[in-house]
Parts: sequence; C-alpha cells; structure tokens
Amino acid sequence: MTEPDVARMKAAWPGAARGEGNGRDMEAQKEDPARPPAEAEGQPVTFNRRGFLRGATLGGLGLAAAGALGRVFEASQAASATSTSAPAKAAHQWAMVIDLRYCNGCKLCTAACQAAHYLHEDQTWIDVFSMRNAAGESYFMPRPCMMCEDPPCVPVCPVSANFRTAEGLTLVDQSRCIGTRICMNACPYQARYFNWGAPRPAPRQPFPQEPAWPVPQVEGTVGKCVFCAAMLPSGQLPECVSHCPMGVIYLGDLESDVAVNGLGNTVKLSEFLAANDAVKFKESYGTHPRVFYIPGHGQDLDLDAENA
Amino acid sequence: MHGERASTGAERSGMDGGTEGPAVLEDVRAAAMRPVLETPRWWWPTVGALGALVLLGIAAWVVQVADGLGVAGYNNQAFWAVYEADLVAFIGVSYGGAVVSAVLRITKATWRAPLTRIAEATALVTLPVGMLFIVPHLGSPWRIWELVWPPYWNLSSPILWDFFAVSTYLLATAVFFYLPLIPDSAVAKGWLGPERRGLRARFCRRLYQALGGRWRGSTSDRRLLHGAIGLVAVMIIPMAVSVHSVLSFAFASSSRAGYLETIFPVYFVVAALYTGIALVVLSIAACRRLYHLEAFVHPRHFVRLGFLLAAFGAAYLYLTFTEYLIDGYSGTIDNAAWVRQVLVGRYWIPFWFYFVAAGLLPLLIIALRRLRTAKGVVVASGLVVFAMWVKRLVIVIPPATEPLVRSPLAATGVLAQDWGTYHFTWVPISVTVAATAAIPLALLVLFRFVPVLPVTEMEELAEREGFEEIMQELAGPEPPASTSAALATPRGSGPRRPTSSADATSEEGAQ
Repeated sequence: MTEPDVARMKAAWPGAARGEGNGRDMEAQKEDPARPPAEAEGQPVTFNRRGFLRGATLGGLGLAAAGALGRVFEASQAASATSTSAPAKAAHQWAMVIDLRYCNGCKLCTAACQAAHYLHEDQTWIDVFSMRNAAGESYFMPRPCMMCEDPPCVPVCPVSANFRTAEGLTLVDQSRCIGTRICMNACPYQARYFNWGAPRPAPRQPFPQEPAWPVPQVEGTVGKCVFCAAMLPSGQLPECVSHCPMGVIYLGDLESDVAVNGLGNTVKLSEFLAANDAVKFKESYGTHPRVFYIPGHGQDLDLDAENA
Repeated sequence: MHGERASTGAERSGMDGGTEGPAVLEDVRAAAMRPVLETPRWWWPTVGALGALVLLGIAAWVVQVADGLGVAGYNNQAFWAVYEADLVAFIGVSYGGAVVSAVLRITKATWRAPLTRIAEATALVTLPVGMLFIVPHLGSPWRIWELVWPPYWNLSSPILWDFFAVSTYLLATAVFFYLPLIPDSAVAKGWLGPERRGLRARFCRRLYQALGGRWRGSTSDRRLLHGAIGLVAVMIIPMAVSVHSVLSFAFASSSRAGYLETIFPVYFVVAALYTGIALVVLSIAACRRLYHLEAFVHPRHFVRLGFLLAAFGAAYLYLTFTEYLIDGYSGTIDNAAWVRQVLVGRYWIPFWFYFVAAGLLPLLIIALRRLRTAKGVVVASGLVVFAMWVKRLVIVIPPATEPLVRSPLAATGVLAQDWGTYHFTWVPISVTVAATAAIPLALLVLFRFVPVLPVTEMEELAEREGFEEIMQELAGPEPPASTSAALATPRGSGPRRPTSSADATSEEGAQ
C-alpha cells in the first residue's frame, strides 16, 4: 500500500456519516488526518464538542428525522440497497472471502482475535461452527461480522451507537451504547456479543480506544468483529486473516478488486469469487453481506478424527 | 361466548323507581374519605412489609449494576429474558384502568361508577413501574439520559418509538386520573375539617386546593369537565392500543422466528387488556376488603368484570392458537423448530402452565355458574396475572435463545449451534417481586391522599333516574339463575339506550 493511500484512508475513517442522522460528525475529523480522530473516544471533552455540534445542528433535526424515517421504507426495498448505503467515494470497500475448502476447524482465528481484542471466552467475534452438509460430511464455517451493506443492526439502535463507515464497516460506538441489545436481536448471524460483566483488562494499546479498536471492551455494551479496522490503514491484515495457518480467510477490497490471505496469496477478487461459486450467508435476509464463502466441494475432510 | 348470550339480556325492560339520595350520598363521601381520614391498624405493618420488598429489589439492582447484567442470568444466547417480559407485562396491566374506566364510560355502563377511581389509580401506578423496567433492562443504565437527548436519537429505532408512545400514554393516564379528581378535591376539602392539624392533613388541604380549588360546581364547570373527560376517554383508547402495538414492534421488527410475527401488535394489545382487567379485579377486591366498600362494590361487579376477563381470555387463547398453528404448519425450518421447542421441547412447562392457568381455568371459572362468584373471579384474575407473566417469558425467551447459524449448504438445515439457555437468578426475581410489591404500596399511599371512590361521579349518577335500581340489582342476592338476567343493565339512565357491558366489550375485542 502506498503512503497516499494510507493517508486517504485515515481521512475517511472511521466516521463518514451515512447522511441520515445516525452517523458521525464529519466536522470532527477534519483536524488531524494523520491520527484517527479522538472524536469517537467518548471522553468528557470530546463529548462536549460533539454535544455542542449536535446541538448546533438541532435546526436540521427535522430533516434528519425525515431521512431516518425514510430509511425504514428504504430498508424494505432490499433490491435497491446495493451500495446505496455507503458513499462510493471511499478508497476501499472492505470485504472478506472465506474459503471453506481449506478450513480445518482449528479455531486459531478465534484465539488470535480474542487475544488481540482482550475478549472473554464466550465473546467469539469470529466463531468457527462445525457443520454437516446434506451428505452428512463435515466441514467448518468461520463466521465473523458480515459487514452487511444493509445492516439490520444499525437502524434499530435508539441512540445511534451503530454506524457504517464510508469503507463499508459496521462499527459500534461503545462510549454511546446503552445496552438495549436490540441489535443482538436484529442480527441474523448472531455476530454480536454483549459485555455481561467486567471486560478483560488490556494493557496500553497501539491505537486509541474507539469504535475501530474497541479495546478494552466496555461493560454493559455490545461488541462485535470490526475487521480489525484500526490495523487496516497501516497495511496490516486482520488478526484472523494473518493467523489462519490454512490461508482460509482473505481480506478483500471491492474497490481495487483484490483479496489477500495470511499466507500471502493474492487473488483478483471478482474472478476468484466467480470461479469458485462464492455464496453469501443467508442471502434471503436482504442484508447484502460483504463476507463471501467459497463452499467446499463435498469432500469429507474427516477432521474430527484428525483433531482428536 | 358468554358475552354474546348476555347481550340479549340487555333488552330486559321495566325498571322504574325513585331515588333515596341523601343518606346514600353521605355514605359515599364517608367511605371515599375513610382511607384518608383514618389510619387502620394494618396500614403501617403492610406498608412496611411492601417497602422492605421494594428495598430488596433495589438492592438486587444495585448488585446488578456493580457486577454487570450477567448476574441476572443473561448470556449471549439469551440476550433478552425476564426484564423484557416484565416490561411488557407491567406496562400491559396498566391497560386495565383505561378499559374499565374509559370504555365503560364511553359505552355509558353506569355500573362502572364505583370502580373507576380504583381502576384509574391502578393504571397510574403500574405504568411508571413498568416504565422503570427499562432501567434494569439496560446494560449501561448510567447512560439512560441518552434516550432523552435528541441529538442521539435514531428515529428509525422501535425502542425510541416505544419510549415516545409510553411517555405519551403516561401523560394521558395522569390527565385521565386528574380530571375526575377536580370536583372530588372540592368535596374532599370539605370533609377534611379544620380541626385536623398534622402534617398530612395540611398537605392534603394544600393538595385539594391545588387540584380542585377553582371548582365551583356550576353548570358550565360541569359541562367543561364532562367534555374534557369524554375527550380524554376517547383519546386514551387508541393511545393504549398504539402503546402495546409499538411495544411489540421491538420484538417483531427482527428476522427471528417467533419474533417476526405480524400478529404481535394485536396479540400484545389483547394480552394487555386481559391482564389489565385481571389486575383491576384484584385491586378492586383488595380495596373493597381493606376500605370496607362492600356497600358500593358488589359481587355482581366482579361477575361483570369476569365476563370481560373471559372475553379477552378467549381472544388471547385464539390468537395464541393461530400463531402456533400457522408457524408450525408453514414448516420452515426456523419456525417449526421454534414452535416445537415451545409446545413439546424445552419450553413446554411454562407454555402449558399458561394454557391451563390463564387459558382454560379462567374461562372455566366464568363459564360454570357455581364458580362464577366474586371469589371465583378474583381467583381467576390472580391466575391470569401470574400465568400471563409466565406467557410473556414464553414469548420473549425462546426466540432469544434460538440458534441462528445452521449449515447454509445442507438441504436439511443442520444446526451448528444448540439452543441457548437462560438461567434464572435471584436478582431479576427480586426486582420483579419488588415491582409487584410497589403497586399495592403505591396504591396504599395514593389513597391516603385521594378519595378512593369517584364521589362526584357517583353522586351525579345517583341523581339520575334508575340508578338506585342498578345499584340495588348489583347488591341483590346471589346472581339469578339465568346468565342474561345477571348481566342485564336496566334501562333508565337517561334517554340513551343503555349498553350492556358484555355487549360493549365483545365489540371492542372484535376490532
């Protein structure tokens, strides 16, 4: 990745409102493109600024309200939802490809994710499910957040704690979440996890605590897979991608049409998906996930025995 | 079923009689003010015990705030459970006040008169208790102010719709309680003689002055008041319908089998009516016993409320039947799995408990003449209130524990996950018990300040021709043999054609 690329991404992330009154304040991000905006940290100082900015725009609230209500109807027209939700101008549109043919169910992705984000054992932001196909053969299916283009979790939050960035990442503002858990109800993939008690303590992190790097987690709020959003601008792959010994998980970018896995294999995204009959999980729900699965070809890996 | 038979009885004719006013009126005023003026021996121990339960619940909640929602038995595969069921159940029971008072007022059922104050007071105290369940429900209750902070509002969220709807309904309930209190305050002030000193007497005098100080009792005063009450009575019914509909949206606007039900708004409204009437029966029975209102509240009142209860109980049973039939019959993997879990799977005990205790037994009690007594209706109401709370658990918990990840490649839809489990702990039970105790506690305190009977309304009705007959019939010996006679509302309350209660509510239920 080139340097200008990185700078552009930083400027675009993580705010980027969806222009409907439940996004973030664009103004706050202007100040320092080299550093992720402190606006999302939820510190008292930044809250005051945000509160003031919001208060100042109260006049436009009616308009925003109309937009938000319109969103309800827009959601029903799932067919038209293809990338209407995220502005097209971002440098990247992150996606993921999961090649089920090679997953051996080792769950190193889960372990790496939980280690990096200091999660409890039950907070499996990427979970690996043991599946059986129609022929009774076993395979494994890692399930991160689907980063839906039309995420059902976003419109249901009463305090706008969920938002979608310009780069297509759905994130949670844990400094705002009040813990109604209605997003856990809305998510058809069970990809959201609550902090039912004190989170695991974390040492000082390389990134500020914010929606793109919610470490440590916040008690009484919802957390979920963030595609390691804070690591992407510096060209690092998400923890699950880089820790998969089988090269199952690819990080993709719909904008540049490239995907890369932890073994260093780089593929042309669209061709890779087309050639391997990629599918999305629960497509009928109209969520338009940005995680693509390449199904296995019916081979029985007999991995239960291998793991035992 | 019985309501239909009863409506024919409303045509019963031939009741004329005079009024024996003044003595009765003195009784009304004395009885209404007795709880304010006298402190019975049971009062302080009862209030103390209820207060202790409330404090225990608050302590449990403090523990929950300190340790996190996990101590309430929640987990990632049971993210909604008791508190959400409580929220629905407690806001639901507040609907009873609206029905008994507003619906019977609009339909000119004069026999309602002695019940309205108690019904409205019950609604007034249960609704805030129900709303308060949002506090233990939240994972971060210290951020609850965000719900009233407009810049954070996301108007596409059903929870925010809930919040607006319930707040509006609370306001309307308060107004509906306040309006009939205006003339009563003027009356009550007269009864609180100047010889009474004490802090509470002085406070009451101030209160009555503030509430009804400007009431003169003139014709224009009365006309204005009646107009206002009529308007609010009409408004509060659609408002209550909207509250319980919107409450159901928070569940129904998801993709989970068992939540994604178009029947939910109606289902929730009928459940609210059903439990609301049951709670009104219980609080009227308690007030009758404790405040010695036997001269005004008669067994026949309970039987009539019992018919209302049966009508809504049958409607709710029917809605439950259709919901499970259709979801089970459609046979899609998620729906069928959910229905199976509820009927014969891991949730069969609470479901069938509901079916017996709040589905069959209340209907049976009302249907059998021998059981259709004041005592029977009170027992049925107790069953309904508790078993419908259990039914709310059956509505909330199974879909929340549903496994959503199943093999996308397998035609048979093999599950990759098992069902989640909610583990009851002492924390939500304590909080729920505390909320339950808070309702009688609040009523006991409220009736230390407010007349327990709507004095003015009863007096006005007593001036009308035929009212005495209605009261006498209510007070008469055990219900006569025929159902229709027991239900008949005699003619004579003015030029209007009187509508029998069962008639009115069966229409209401059909809509």
